[in-house]
Amino acid sequence: MSTATDEGANARPLLSLRGINMTFGGVRALKNVSFEVMPGEVHCLAGENGSGKSTLIKVISGVYTPAAGAEIVFDGESIPHMTPGMAQARGIQIIWQDLALFPEMSVAENIAFQTLSGARPRPVNYATIRSVAEEALARLGVSLDVDRPLKDYAIAQRQIVAIARALVGEARVVFMDEPTASLTQSETDHLLAIVRNLSASGVAVVFVSHRLAEVLEISSRITVLRDGALVGVYPVEGMTQSKITELMTGRTFDQNTRARDVSGSSVVLSASNLSRPGEFSDISFDLHRGETLGITGLLGSGRTELALTLFGMRRPASGTVTLSGRPVRFASNREAIAAGVAYLSEDRLSLGLNQPQSIADNLVMASLNRILSGRLISTEKKRSLVSRWIADLGVKIGRQDDAISTLSGGNQQRVAIAKWLATDPKVLILDSPTVGVDVGARAGIFEIVARLAEAGLSIILISDEVPEVYFNADRVIHMEKGRIAGVYDPRASTLKDLEASVYA
Amino acid sequence: MNALAARFNAIFGADMAGPFAALAAVLIFFGFASPQFLTGATFGSVAFQLPELGILTLAMLLPILTGGLNLAITFTANIAGLTLAWTLQTNGGADAGPAAFLLGSVLALAVGGASGLVMGLVIAFTRAHPILVSLSMMIFLRGLGEFLTRGGDISGFPAFVSPIGHGSIFGIPVPLLILIACVIVCHILLSRSKLGFSTYMIGSNIESARYSGINTRKVLVLVYVLSGVMAAIAGIIMLARFNSVRVGHGESYLLITVLACFLGGINPFGGFGRVLPVFVALVVLQLLSSGLNLLGANQHLTTAVWGILLIVVMVLRWFSATFVKIVK
Amino acid sequence: MRKLFLSHTTEFVLIGVIVAMSVFLGFATDRFLTLGNAFDLLNISAVNIIFAVGLLVVLIAGGIDISFAVAASVVQYVTALALERIGGGGWVSGLLIAGSAGIFLGAINAFLIHRFRIISIVVTIATFNIYFGLLMFFTKGVSIYNLPDWLTTRVIVYEREMADGSWAEITLPVVVMAICVLATWLFISRTTTGRQLYAFGDNPEGARRFGINIGAMQFIAFGWLGLMAGIAGLMQAHYAQEVVPNALYGRELDVLAAVVLGGARLGGGKGSVLGCVLGVLLVSITQNGLNLMGVSPFAFKMIVGAIILAAITLSSARIEKLVPILAPRKPADGEAAARGESR
Repeated sequence: MSTATDEGANARPLLSLRGINMTFGGVRALKNVSFEVMPGEVHCLAGENGSGKSTLIKVISGVYTPAAGAEIVFDGESIPHMTPGMAQARGIQIIWQDLALFPEMSVAENIAFQTLSGARPRPVNYATIRSVAEEALARLGVSLDVDRPLKDYAIAQRQIVAIARALVGEARVVFMDEPTASLTQSETDHLLAIVRNLSASGVAVVFVSHRLAEVLEISSRITVLRDGALVGVYPVEGMTQSKITELMTGRTFDQNTRARDVSGSSVVLSASNLSRPGEFSDISFDLHRGETLGITGLLGSGRTELALTLFGMRRPASGTVTLSGRPVRFASNREAIAAGVAYLSEDRLSLGLNQPQSIADNLVMASLNRILSGRLISTEKKRSLVSRWIADLGVKIGRQDDAISTLSGGNQQRVAIAKWLATDPKVLILDSPTVGVDVGARAGIFEIVARLAEAGLSIILISDEVPEVYFNADRVIHMEKGRIAGVYDPRASTLKDLEASVYA
Repeated sequence: MNALAARFNAIFGADMAGPFAALAAVLIFFGFASPQFLTGATFGSVAFQLPELGILTLAMLLPILTGGLNLAITFTANIAGLTLAWTLQTNGGADAGPAAFLLGSVLALAVGGASGLVMGLVIAFTRAHPILVSLSMMIFLRGLGEFLTRGGDISGFPAFVSPIGHGSIFGIPVPLLILIACVIVCHILLSRSKLGFSTYMIGSNIESARYSGINTRKVLVLVYVLSGVMAAIAGIIMLARFNSVRVGHGESYLLITVLACFLGGINPFGGFGRVLPVFVALVVLQLLSSGLNLLGANQHLTTAVWGILLIVVMVLRWFSATFVKIVK
Repeated sequence: MRKLFLSHTTEFVLIGVIVAMSVFLGFATDRFLTLGNAFDLLNISAVNIIFAVGLLVVLIAGGIDISFAVAASVVQYVTALALERIGGGGWVSGLLIAGSAGIFLGAINAFLIHRFRIISIVVTIATFNIYFGLLMFFTKGVSIYNLPDWLTTRVIVYEREMADGSWAEITLPVVVMAICVLATWLFISRTTTGRQLYAFGDNPEGARRFGINIGAMQFIAFGWLGLMAGIAGLMQAHYAQEVVPNALYGRELDVLAAVVLGGARLGGGKGSVLGCVLGVLLVSITQNGLNLMGVSPFAFKMIVGAIILAAITLSSARIEKLVPILAPRKPADGEAAARGESR
């Protein structure tokens, strides 16, 4: 369905950019990009991580100043030097991916922050702020206590606050950078309804999302960026998910399920009736040797909490875990690691890897005991261990001592996997291993997963992207609200069935 | 030139360039400015003044690497010194034997470690900000010391204590030997041990370290205990050098130790930095002090120059970072 | 009421502790609950409270300042010399000179922090050494006693004779303190600039994307602390009737502890004027109470230190963290991660 107001392709664009170039420390983030938004349209900005989407938004909002020669025209007015203040004054509103909210301040101040900005000091009128905030929330059909500090609210509600903030004042165009990343399906539906309303009332919306189904559902045109350059602008009609993926990556993908029957091999890990109040309850499953067990479910389904419990970072309230036939009750994740359980965190940036530290240090972090000689760390052992894994997993690096943050998402994830393989695990839990990994590099990660499973490692693959688990796991558990809602065999069911029950 | 720089980096590490450049600059400047500078006397005085500040700086360095700070080091040193002084006094004062000294030293180290233990436990288990925890510990220890000594000093130690502060072995001052031993221990600890590795990892991201199976609480507690023990060693040396203990001795070193760490390239947020550049930075600070002294300046002017030096180094670092970006 | 309590937990706890201590001290001593003693407490705390509200603004903006107390000493000297030069002056010229000198020294910190992107603790430790070293060098540690008469004459704003014949007095520093507290409160909670300081301390990148002038924020925060330090310096000189170069040395850490006790957060975005004043008062009341109870003055600091340590430990610790078995919580991991990242 299309909400575009396509009346007259020769209508004047609301916002138009031409010849945008942007360079950071020698890296060209944007190469001669142009971009156009029509009044009242829903426009999708698509591209892989690092393709320049966020940089482009920062240029439009005046946070970054593009190189000379850029041309920014808003509503017929040429703006040579956009500043954040000018962008706001013209009704260009941004919902940032990281929300850019102020957790210690009240919800009201967060929503009505525009009335607080500006260089000239003015007295603050809290009554106005409160009414502005309540009005914006009312437009969204949401009610929150606006006097409470934002930090009291969960991420989904913060997302709502960020949207409400964008609606304060006369918004002409709203940019939404991954607005649905942490929303549940019903919340997402609600947001999409809001976007349609905005569009109907003449406000243009630029939608950035990696969930291509949403993109196809909501927008009328798509601008695709790749490696900081414009690939093209396409009408949504006639577009498919795989076509967009192709445009974004410049490659084609076709997939078959990898599922095998491993029920004959021995059980490595077995959970029975595991429960933690408020997180998950009555979880039972067996994990066989060499099996890849997929777990999928929406945010709040309890999948990460279950993984952390298996990894010993949380203790089950009831139920038992057996590892290689012996019951285990880990007091900490150190015991879990020693027993052969490894956990790749879904949050690679702050939990999975130690971003400022070197590739080598990150890789050996969980297996220090293996590189000791006597009581000290042996430099040679460390170096050879790192080289071995770097070669084994095909990680592309400069030097071992470079910071891990210099690597691409895909290569970082390979190092993170190597870190756990170096502990010689029996069970490897991969929690959303493709988050922040480019579409093109995801296949490489799953090839590694398949190879490890083939070699006998038992893997739990957690993801909220249903196709990922469907195509790469031998069996799929669907979790919903902390319970197992169903177990699927990819060979016996279709992707549609699985998606239908997960997104139901 | 580039090859030379590469070789230098390979041998000493890139973070040594700044401190070595500063060392050369100080030697050259004062070498020309004062004929007495490049003499044994200067180096002798540096060798005797360096150790207290140096060991206290090591005590500061360890917590900074974890992303913290230990503002209680100087008063921990005082309290440790007091512990030793009382042990000596209750065992005969000036007539106390080496056994009493040994016992006192062990007790002093234990007291230093205990102060670190309390801070480490509070920081590790409550996640309270280290600046605040150590600041309140500092206020507590200062109060405790003043309460116990009534603001006076304690002196009258056996004669054999003095060489620890003033004596030399093979021409090398004893306190300097103690400092060098501490530097070597810290260097090996940080660069080669599991504890050191974990210290760096915790410093740059404690949660990711915990997820990788590092016992973050144990490491934090150990780091603060070690810091306390280092401070206690400094306290023992101060006792021997002044032949007395007074609460407040060395108080002015507190912020100088932080300055020396930053000058030695330690990342103020933790996670990065090595012992050796800090050691060189300490030598630079002391040489600067001696040089200015020869030119007729007093300790206060030296303090100001130390502060200016820190600003200059940070500004140069900013320039080089900006410059590198442009060149790339 | 519940809402008010939840949003101002620190303040309510501090008031509770202060009330409890006052009740106890009222019974334990004859003098604590008298008007004269209450006024004394205010007279003694005035200078520290002025420092504290200044430091609060810098903490809210996400910075820290170690140099403000020695900066105040520098201001005292500069002001005393300038007043001598202009032939005496008066309160107006004195406050103007002290205030501008303070703002100038604060602006130096802000300039170094903003222009060269050096974090505030490094800059202010350096300027601490520079200000103090140069002050001691140029003054050779000599105090100034011949201050203008107007500066050394005690100004009693309100007085009342007590039943026992003693006088309960409120002196000028208390009034100045009240003005500074009120001005800071108005500034940080009732002006847009003040709210921007909170936002900047809370999420600097978010503030930047809103077009808030980061440099201006640094200069305003450190300038305000400079102004307060200048005024506090002058008041301290007035109170002590002399200018001693190292009189305020070491005061910075005591004030910092009191401000943080009052709920301000190192790292920015949080803190209130009320909490800050209560933090200073709690420390003063503890000392005053111990004094009245005949405890040795040498024990004061020890007990104050122990109280602050306990307060910080208890306020930071949630019971589940001390006893991990009682940990049925969910989002705490993310929260800890966010904190880890923000460092």
